[in-house]
Amino acid sequence: MLNPRRLSPGAAGVCAALAPALAAAHNPFEFQTPVTPIAHETLHIHDLFLTIIGILFSLGMGFLLYAVIRHRRSRGHAPATFTGPRTPGQWILVALPLLALVFIDYVIMGIPAYHAVVAMANTKEGATLVVKITGSQWAWRYEYPDHGIAFTSSLATPREQMESGSPTDPNYLLEVDRPLVLPVGEKVRILLTSTDVIHSWWMPAFGIKQDAVPGFLRESWVKIETPGVYRGQCGELCGVGHAYLPIVVEAKTAPEFEQWLVQARSAQGKMSAEAAQTLSADDLLARGQKAYQTSCSACHQQNGLGLPGAFPPLAAGQGFTATPEMTEELARRGFYHEGKIVLGAVEQHVDIVLRGIAGTAMPAFGPQLDDVDIAAIVTYERNSFGNRSGDVVQPAIVSAARREVNDRETRKEASR
Amino acid sequence: MRHAAIEYTHDEHQPRGLARWLFTTNHKDIGILYMLFGLTFFVVGGLFAELIRAQLFQPGQHILAPEAYNQVITLHGLVMVFAALMPVTAGFANYLIPMMIGASDMALPRLNNWGFWLLPVAAVVLVLPFFLKMLGIGNGPIDTGWTIYAPLSVQSGLGVDFAIFAVFLLGASSLLASINIIVTVKNMRAPGMTMMKMPLFVWSWLMTSLLLIAVFPALIAGAAMLLTDRHFGTHFFSAAGGGDPVLWQHLFWFFGHPEVYILLFPTAGIMSQILPTFARKPIYGYRAQVYSYWAIAALSVVVWAHHMFTSGMPVGGQLYFMYSTMAISVPLAVLFFCWLGTIWRGAMTFETPMLFALGYITLFGIGGLTGLVLADAVADQQYHNSYFLVAHFHYALFGGPIMGVIAAAYYWLPKITGHMYNERAGKWHFWLTMIGFNTTFMAQFFLGAAGMPRRIPDYALQFTDLNMVSSAGAFVLGAAQLLLLYNVIVAWRGHGRPASDRVWEAAQGLEFTLPSPPPYHSFTDQPVIS
Repeated sequence: MLNPRRLSPGAAGVCAALAPALAAAHNPFEFQTPVTPIAHETLHIHDLFLTIIGILFSLGMGFLLYAVIRHRRSRGHAPATFTGPRTPGQWILVALPLLALVFIDYVIMGIPAYHAVVAMANTKEGATLVVKITGSQWAWRYEYPDHGIAFTSSLATPREQMESGSPTDPNYLLEVDRPLVLPVGEKVRILLTSTDVIHSWWMPAFGIKQDAVPGFLRESWVKIETPGVYRGQCGELCGVGHAYLPIVVEAKTAPEFEQWLVQARSAQGKMSAEAAQTLSADDLLARGQKAYQTSCSACHQQNGLGLPGAFPPLAAGQGFTATPEMTEELARRGFYHEGKIVLGAVEQHVDIVLRGIAGTAMPAFGPQLDDVDIAAIVTYERNSFGNRSGDVVQPAIVSAARREVNDRETRKEASR
Repeated sequence: MRHAAIEYTHDEHQPRGLARWLFTTNHKDIGILYMLFGLTFFVVGGLFAELIRAQLFQPGQHILAPEAYNQVITLHGLVMVFAALMPVTAGFANYLIPMMIGASDMALPRLNNWGFWLLPVAAVVLVLPFFLKMLGIGNGPIDTGWTIYAPLSVQSGLGVDFAIFAVFLLGASSLLASINIIVTVKNMRAPGMTMMKMPLFVWSWLMTSLLLIAVFPALIAGAAMLLTDRHFGTHFFSAAGGGDPVLWQHLFWFFGHPEVYILLFPTAGIMSQILPTFARKPIYGYRAQVYSYWAIAALSVVVWAHHMFTSGMPVGGQLYFMYSTMAISVPLAVLFFCWLGTIWRGAMTFETPMLFALGYITLFGIGGLTGLVLADAVADQQYHNSYFLVAHFHYALFGGPIMGVIAAAYYWLPKITGHMYNERAGKWHFWLTMIGFNTTFMAQFFLGAAGMPRRIPDYALQFTDLNMVSSAGAFVLGAAQLLLLYNVIVAWRGHGRPASDRVWEAAQGLEFTLPSPPPYHSFTDQPVIS
């Protein structure tokens, strides 16, 4: 496919004007330009199979149309009376297409398919980098276990674009705040899991779509040939945010990737340092607003009013009804009283964001957000949407809560 | 026997009004109820489809909020499969099978009544959450996609519970209908009507019934497990308690793949009633078709996991499900070969049923052939859950079963009502359907290949043009179906010219030896087949 970034601005203008025509001129049967061995292989299979079924379809249609044109009563065609093959010659004519189909299925299509399956499954041999991908509602978390780097990647398309009704952003719904960065020319082993429901990591240019199943590890691999930015989306319905879970991969050359690793590691260090210090209320509010928009607003909405029946409002005093699992749990935690939302204690607030509410749509954000973001979100929520608690929640409170949760889980494990 | 039968017809008075339909045990009445129910929900499911295409007409649309969009796509799928297609084919079965085999009625008439009346209850249960939401209870109907994948379906709102109970009721209804058909076909055939002389439509429904009994229990069991996971603390689908989310997919697709053939078989049978009539030529390869039905039915229960190639499967599993899926192409090819063989060197005329039958061969051909492509486990990573898949299964399920039941509707409508439909409107219906359908779904093949995922309420800008084309096609397709309603009304109200007993010049089969419309009790004399 054409890559608009490689063209000059003038050419891009012409290109935009001719886009529909060009899109039609470009073979619409093709996938996105493949950049990994598996993607090349799938494209090859796709082309081969489409050619074969194209021929089979044309043959079938040829016979159908011939019959429709020639064997019609209006041309005075007298009907035959045969009900099946009779002579040995006719039996051969009948058997031939079926044998040909078996040959197509298991030889022409079956052999390349076999090779692709085996190649796809070979995720370990020669892999120089391991990346762990964790899906969640609705962000991807990327980890480089060998390098101590981990970050969350979520939709970065501006809210205005989504609400405008006529988006113009060329990467509308395909932009994230932090892309996954991978080296070119190296085999990367990908491990996948999920924290809540099944997601699917689909990158068309890599020929990969692998489900992330909660509680299990799945694997896949890529070996990217060309540097560039590649875009994909979640491939399995995962709730209301399914359309808003894009995947962006930035493929860098080996030296650039090494450089990025160094930077990312030091940024990671800075982040832990930040978590240890005390931030101003303004900083927390500003950061909280941004983090809220990426992580919370899909359900609780931009205005904090939630969606009736499903996602509770965050504004105290708002009426709300939902399943007993939800309302009883909210009441137990001090956030719900007599059919209305109330503002509960800070510790409970942090705990809900960290661990989610089991059995409801509220996911645990602990695994995907860092302490500063969670502290900022809680601060923001407690001072917005008509809440005027004045609470400033510092990252240290979140890290303490996180430690406590970990200790409790360890104790539970040990007592088993 | 003869004496008793004559007395029976003299005593033909029947309850009138609502009571007739509520308490009826007459196979024709029940058949008509099934068909009207299916037609109603064909309209409802179609409106859902139009809503989806309106939302996707261009990016950034806000006709439906993401949550409502998920509910609409889920209901579109469930309604079309369970409330439109299955009832319509069951309606034809009820109406036609006793006449086709020369029986007086279905073997178990009261069971038959029960089987139907469970359906409206199931439909009400399915959509009830929509109205509950208006009262402020819950967040509306099921929104997990018709595949109801765990753990999303464990997490989702009370719409899922209602859908689970709807599945229980639908399952009971389908099982009752299936048992009835098997018993009828086994025991009630007229003297001389051997198994291998039965019309292929009867054979096709025998296979459908066997498949339903074999696989529907898997879905019912899965739904029950989902219910206990949601409310009673079990962990069938949760890894935290030692379960596995993918188990749901196995249970669902063990039912779901044969379900495709459950929808398909009756219309494959319909093909072999219609094609010989309008080609004025006997069925080609009757035995080959019967054996193909058996082969397809047997294969359909051992290939289910080809719907799950991306869920993470060992190499052995991928190869097995890939190669076994490819095997289905052989018996299906036999069916296509026989259909072409039936019209080959005939003396064809092209009344509306014939047009739809030829359309069926064309569109279902595309659905079947693209299925062969999807069978490839690795290439499936590109197709799975993309619009390529959506286009494929619409070619398979609209191009096949829906084209088939429309053909059947035009074919038997004059027999059922005693009046012809409007042939000119019928032809318009066919051509607009072909144009609308291919515009809608051919565009979706290209969207899928370009990388557009399914089940999203909003999409990236590069998919805009093709989505507009697809939506425009869908509006034409939807509008065209109004002509079907028009024609049903024309025939029903007796506006068309009266139909003869045989209706079509070369129609074969016992139902065409009876008057149009057939009497309340079909045969006063049990026919004897030589």
